[in-house]
Amino acid sequence: MRKSLWLSLSGILVAGLVALSLSSAFAEEPVKIGVYYPMTGPSAVYGQIGYKGLQLAQKERPKVLNREVKLFLTDNKSDKVESANAVSRLIQKNKVDAVIGGLTSSNTLSGAPVAEKSKVPMISPWATNPVVTQEKQWVFRACFIDPFQGFVGAKFARENLKAKNAAVLIDISQDYCVGIANFFMKNFTKMGGKVVSKLHYNTGDLDFTAQLTAIKTKNPDVVYCPGYFKELALIAMQAREVGLTAPILAGDAAQADELIKIGGKSVEGLSFTTHFDEMGVTTESGKKFVKAFRGAYPDVTPDSVSALSYDTYNILLDAIERAGSTDKEKVRAELEKTKDFQGVTGVMTMKDHDMIKPAVILTVKDGKFKWLATVQP
Amino acid sequence: MTFQLFLQQLINGLGLGSLYGLIAIGYTMVYGILRLINFAHGDVMMMSTYFAFFGVSIFALPWWVAALLAMILTGLLGISIDQGAYRPLRRASRISALITAIGVSFFLENAALVVFGSRPRAFYRPEMFRAIWHFGDISLLSLTGYTILITLCLLVIVYFIVYKTRMGMAMRAVSKDMHTVPLMGIDLNRVVAFTFGLGSVIAAVGGILWAMKYPQIEPLMGIIPGLKAFVAAVLGGIGNVFGAVLGGFILGITEILLVAFWPELSGYRDAFAFLLLILVLIFRPTGIMGEDLPE
Repeated sequence: MRKSLWLSLSGILVAGLVALSLSSAFAEEPVKIGVYYPMTGPSAVYGQIGYKGLQLAQKERPKVLNREVKLFLTDNKSDKVESANAVSRLIQKNKVDAVIGGLTSSNTLSGAPVAEKSKVPMISPWATNPVVTQEKQWVFRACFIDPFQGFVGAKFARENLKAKNAAVLIDISQDYCVGIANFFMKNFTKMGGKVVSKLHYNTGDLDFTAQLTAIKTKNPDVVYCPGYFKELALIAMQAREVGLTAPILAGDAAQADELIKIGGKSVEGLSFTTHFDEMGVTTESGKKFVKAFRGAYPDVTPDSVSALSYDTYNILLDAIERAGSTDKEKVRAELEKTKDFQGVTGVMTMKDHDMIKPAVILTVKDGKFKWLATVQP
Repeated sequence: MTFQLFLQQLINGLGLGSLYGLIAIGYTMVYGILRLINFAHGDVMMMSTYFAFFGVSIFALPWWVAALLAMILTGLLGISIDQGAYRPLRRASRISALITAIGVSFFLENAALVVFGSRPRAFYRPEMFRAIWHFGDISLLSLTGYTILITLCLLVIVYFIVYKTRMGMAMRAVSKDMHTVPLMGIDLNRVVAFTFGLGSVIAAVGGILWAMKYPQIEPLMGIIPGLKAFVAAVLGGIGNVFGAVLGGFILGITEILLVAFWPELSGYRDAFAFLLLILVLIFRPTGIMGEDLPE
């Protein structure tokens, strides 16, 4: 009697296990999303925090169309060639349904043509250079583009800083910096300002005293320098050393904790245009995101890259949901129709594959980034 | 351009040039004695900044203690690089040693990337170096003033060691004929080790001053200063310590004045430095002070 009970119990157990494994074997294929982020190399800072944003989004929304979502991360090593390789590996080997990435404009510019040719939808969270989506059917982005950032910078300089004369200092080895500086100059002049000095430097330069001394003699009211935080911190320090006291205005590449760690007191009062700030969230989802991010990563400040990555994931999943399948052409069409998406970085609408959305202006005060204003498009 | 502005730019150039010169001393010493271009020199400099960085940030040492410790550690690193990588090749052809030097350089860079990570770190600038001196309209960071002084002091010390001590005499002998020197009862390896140690200590001084001036350190930070110091050493006449410092000053001042006079060329500064190297190699391969026998 007892023996037969044991037997039947174990029989049920075995049957249950078999049923379980069968059901998972017959379950639908997961939705595969390829990610190519810089996890090593000079831009690793951005890749690592951006991927945290993606992971958080996936944790909160692990399924779409009742299918599991799987992320395939490939390191593009902050390199242009590796970026193109990463995208073709994701598409050919992992057979992904869509691609998220890259982060910097230069890397995205080399990854985008591969997705375009293979007809796989790609969406970049952070690449602001206009050329990234130009004449492309399959490439999208979740951020605004440099002309808008240059415009907001010029408007802020004219209206809030009351600047008449601006000096512009450009990193000529970065597509991003050259682009955004040109749009700033165009708009600043149109708004009645005057560009009194335009000087250059290269990524990796350490000494800017020559340029800054030359700028000082022109007595500008503002120095527009849309560079990356590493050079920017040194520029701010050396500006104070040569006695140049005009406020410095920058672009979204300034947003990194290292800017303040390295620049210290010299970066006080430095302002920049960017995508997102904890203090400047305008949407419900934004508030939820900040709370969830702080909960998941207590030591990390949620920044633009993580917020945009989070938004990108949701924009893509919304499009897949509306398409009702992972059919690439349908997802592409739905991505184009994205409208009034309530993202954590603001309400956004897709137009010509770029996002129309607000920008925020931050400034450094008492060793912290402080929110100054949100500028609507 | 006003005269005052010219003076300000000249001072900017002197500040940059003294750093190039300081690093170039180590380059030129090793070349003068071994006929080896030690391409790892810039990376040894990078390591010294990390030693000092960890001394201050992890062990909370006063900055000058951390700097002294970093100098000693860097000296030991230089000696162990010589003993581990170059000593087995002492009698091999010069090209083998050169390639080994490039290998050591890559090794240090990538080991640092793995161990320290690629994110730049903020380097500490002591209070006494933060002041800004004003002379009329001309302003100067006190650190720059001290750097120029330290460079000149070190130059005198190196001169004294090379010309006034027994070790210096041995060093000059090795530079004349490396293979005969051991026959005269001089311990060749001790002399070479001493040279590498001294060169690395000076690199550490240069590295720490460099990191105080441009206070962010990262594993690849040694490449450009290393190359620029190489240009300075060749410009001044490689093998000659006075030439190295002179070459450093000339390079620093030209770089700055190029931007001062032709602001539209400001993006081509590095290109110009290397153009200068090519011109020197074509028209005066021995450099400015290269006619004297190398030390």
